[in-house]
Amino acid sequence: MTAVPPAYYVGLSAILFTIGVVGVLVRRNPLVIFMSIELMLNAANLAFVAFGRAHGGAHGQIIVFFVMTVAAAEVAVGLAIIVAIFRARIRINVDDLALMRW
Amino acid sequence: MEWLVFVVVAVAAIGTALGLVIRPNPLHGALFLVGNLFCVAVLYLLLRAEFLALAQIIVYAGAIMVLFIFAIMLLIPGRAEAGPDPLARARRLALPLAAVFGIAVILAATGRTGGPAVAASEGGIGAVGRLLFTDYLFPFEVTSLLLLAALVGALTLAKRRVNP
Repeated sequence: MTAVPPAYYVGLSAILFTIGVVGVLVRRNPLVIFMSIELMLNAANLAFVAFGRAHGGAHGQIIVFFVMTVAAAEVAVGLAIIVAIFRARIRINVDDLALMRW
Repeated sequence: MEWLVFVVVAVAAIGTALGLVIRPNPLHGALFLVGNLFCVAVLYLLLRAEFLALAQIIVYAGAIMVLFIFAIMLLIPGRAEAGPDPLARARRLALPLAAVFGIAVILAATGRTGGPAVAASEGGIGAVGRLLFTDYLFPFEVTSLLLLAALVGALTLAKRRVNP
């Protein structure tokens, strides 16, 4: 019985990240786009842990810990922004929001 | 064995990620994302990152996704629970399933607990804690400031203006 090499984990992480990118590009609901961003963060975390495992030591896990913290903060603020936008206008569709574009 | 778990979980992770992107209903997408987070937690366990696996389930699947589902429920008005129940047949299975779950939990709780002690490996939870509170102490403290800023920011954004 041999352990799964880290390259497989990194490959899986790349696939998940690509799916997340597709989600951001093709979906129009801001909540789904936001969840796709979470998917990409998660894929990057998986790559970090895989590389950390290959390298030995716990540095990769520490970085993932910080990414999780930042993701939590990001979700809190991001959802607050989406809810605030939705209060101002009833339809939520990112293509309609040109307010902050220049 | 490890290969088998990896392949099954990897396929499940890709499937749930595709479900998030493809399903039109954002609530289904959120549930698919929860499944994906669980799959990645299992992969963390395979990579001997036990602390991260549990943090993933508690923080991501437990806290962040609840926030998402709250926002989805708030923004997308659903149908009221009235009229004919579309899941009437499926709901009839709820009680037997709950009974099976209860029996499994009781068996797990009363059965033999604790397997053979696992040798602490390099990169285990002890190493993570030691690194976090020595080499990474300053970023760790900065994290608390970031969370405070996010808290204040979210409250400010969510607060209703008194005079718009």
